[in-house]
Amino acid sequence: MKVYRFTCIVCPLGCSIEVKVENGKIVDVTGHTCPRGQEWAIEEVTSPKRIVMSVVPVEGGALPTVSVKTAEPVPKDKIPKLMRFLAGLKLKAPIEIGRVVAEWEGIKIVATRGA
Amino acid sequence: MEPMPQIPMLSYDVVVIGGGPAGMAAAVKAKELGLNVLLLDENDYLGGILPQCIHPGFGLHYFKEELTGPEFASRLARRMVELGVEYRTSSRVLEIRNYSDLEKVVIFTSPAGVYQAWAKAIIYAAGARERHAFEIGIVGDRVAGIYTAGEAQTLMDVYGILPGKEIVIVGSGDVGLIMARRFALEGAKVKAVVELMPYPGGLARNVMILKDFNIPLYLSHKVVEVRGRGRVQRVKVVKVDENFNEVPGSEFWIEADTLVISAGLVPSVKKLKKIGVEIDPATGGPIVNDRLETSVPGIFVAGNSLLINDLVDYVAEQGELAAEAAKEFIDKGGIESRNWVKVEKGENVRLIAPHYLSGDRDVHLYLRVARPMEDVEVRVPEIGKRLRLPVVKPAEMIRLKLKAEEIQKAGEKLTVEVVGA
Ligand SMILES: Cc1cc2nc3c(=O)[nH]c(=O)nc-3n(C[C@H](O)[C@H](O)[C@H](O)COP(=O)(O)OP(=O)(O)OC[C@H]3O[C@@H](n4cnc5c(N)ncnc54)[C@H](O)[C@@H]3O)c2cc1C
Repeated sequence: MKVYRFTCIVCPLGCSIEVKVENGKIVDVTGHTCPRGQEWAIEEVTSPKRIVMSVVPVEGGALPTVSVKTAEPVPKDKIPKLMRFLAGLKLKAPIEIGRVVAEWEGIKIVATRGA
Repeated sequence: MEPMPQIPMLSYDVVVIGGGPAGMAAAVKAKELGLNVLLLDENDYLGGILPQCIHPGFGLHYFKEELTGPEFASRLARRMVELGVEYRTSSRVLEIRNYSDLEKVVIFTSPAGVYQAWAKAIIYAAGARERHAFEIGIVGDRVAGIYTAGEAQTLMDVYGILPGKEIVIVGSGDVGLIMARRFALEGAKVKAVVELMPYPGGLARNVMILKDFNIPLYLSHKVVEVRGRGRVQRVKVVKVDENFNEVPGSEFWIEADTLVISAGLVPSVKKLKKIGVEIDPATGGPIVNDRLETSVPGIFVAGNSLLINDLVDYVAEQGELAAEAAKEFIDKGGIESRNWVKVEKGENVRLIAPHYLSGDRDVHLYLRVARPMEDVEVRVPEIGKRLRLPVVKPAEMIRLKLKAEEIQKAGEKLTVEVVGA
């Protein structure tokens, strides 16, 4: 059996949650105060996701880079591959903030700065 | 009074110094209130530190939406442009002169030359500076590869340059943790985060970053020495006891090419001190009343120059308040109160602002505790006010709202304390 321990980040309470996993199945969740915390902890164990941010070089803009983020959280284990994809991007000004500048495996990459 | 005729002269109701979120929110509000306003910033872009903070986590209160730093900045900047707020970037304020309550001068350089701007009121929103290696007692070789977190962040997230490959970070506050994630995402190896205190300084959601990237965190440790030839090669770490004394024999070396110092911010107030503004040693910013007016009438302050804020939302809120106050000051020729109530620090309160309350308006008190505690009450015994909180941490600013009627019930002073519930 594997035991995962987290400090919950759903709200400022910061509960210490424990998730017990046996043969790939969740057998017990303890320490949470609310159902949202429980749901979050289960997702952290089964399919953790993160918003990813980076910068991409841009030609002809006011600054040499434009900052970007994923439009939605990305599965954690896909992040290194996504970062390699982003490292290969090159953009040309003008770019407005909010524009989708690329797409990777169905995930939109959005400019968070203008250039 | 000497108007310095050789320097071109401009004239405004309000001059705002600093184009970060505090200054932009102040300029927008001042313009909306019908004031003639000029905003100055020494950077060549608006936004202060926000354009370099490309992570999400900004604006949940102010815009009711989670934005990145540049997104937050661009909303305020767009509003400035829509309203036609006059602003100048690449314009550095050299000096403030205070001739009389409604006659002040801001002297600044710009690519077009040196100017003096006359103003009836000034809103000072110049942000903070970062504490550097010498301030926290790191000795050793003077080599390349030592950066403050802000410098490293600007290099990486504005100019697209990775500052190093093997990195040690000093400080586990949100800034240090967020930098750890950025380095790790961009392919650098973060060899350690070293924290003096026995607990991490940042929010739980940011502490999780260390787990995401398997970054070791050394609590109750400090970096004391840097060695290298031309560039950082290794840093010396030592354990400390509960009194922060070094534990003999506990030192070890970490090989790294880069040291990033994220050891806190200090309000940037030199120019205010020069004109006699009184400073609170606890916040490092000016002593202010509930209009965010300093001890020099007509000089208002907001954002990280007032006190170090962890949420941009509060910074923008302070900017708006300072603008409303500037309007009142100009219309009435001064900020008056029948009776200023002094705010005092009680048990486990390390710092608090504002320092004087008029009782004519509701206020937000911003405070930080000295040490972490669980299940507490923030209490103001003089008026029987209580606010229950599950946890308090030095890194998380507490915002306490007091109503005008409540403040009126107080005598000469109000004490704010954080005690077990
Ligand atoms: C790395 C980092 C991460 C953060 N993450 C978050 C987060 O996730 N969520 C959140 O809500 N908050 C976050 N914050 C906090 C928040 O962003 C800051 O508190 C806020 O940006 C401070 O705004 P400010 O306007 O007071 O100062 P600043 O943004 O520092 O702006 C001050 C401006 O004044 C200008 N200036 C200074 N001196 C002069 C002069 N003499 N003449 C002309 N101009 C001058 C400077 O150029 C600068 O542009 C973070 C802060 C940092 C440092």
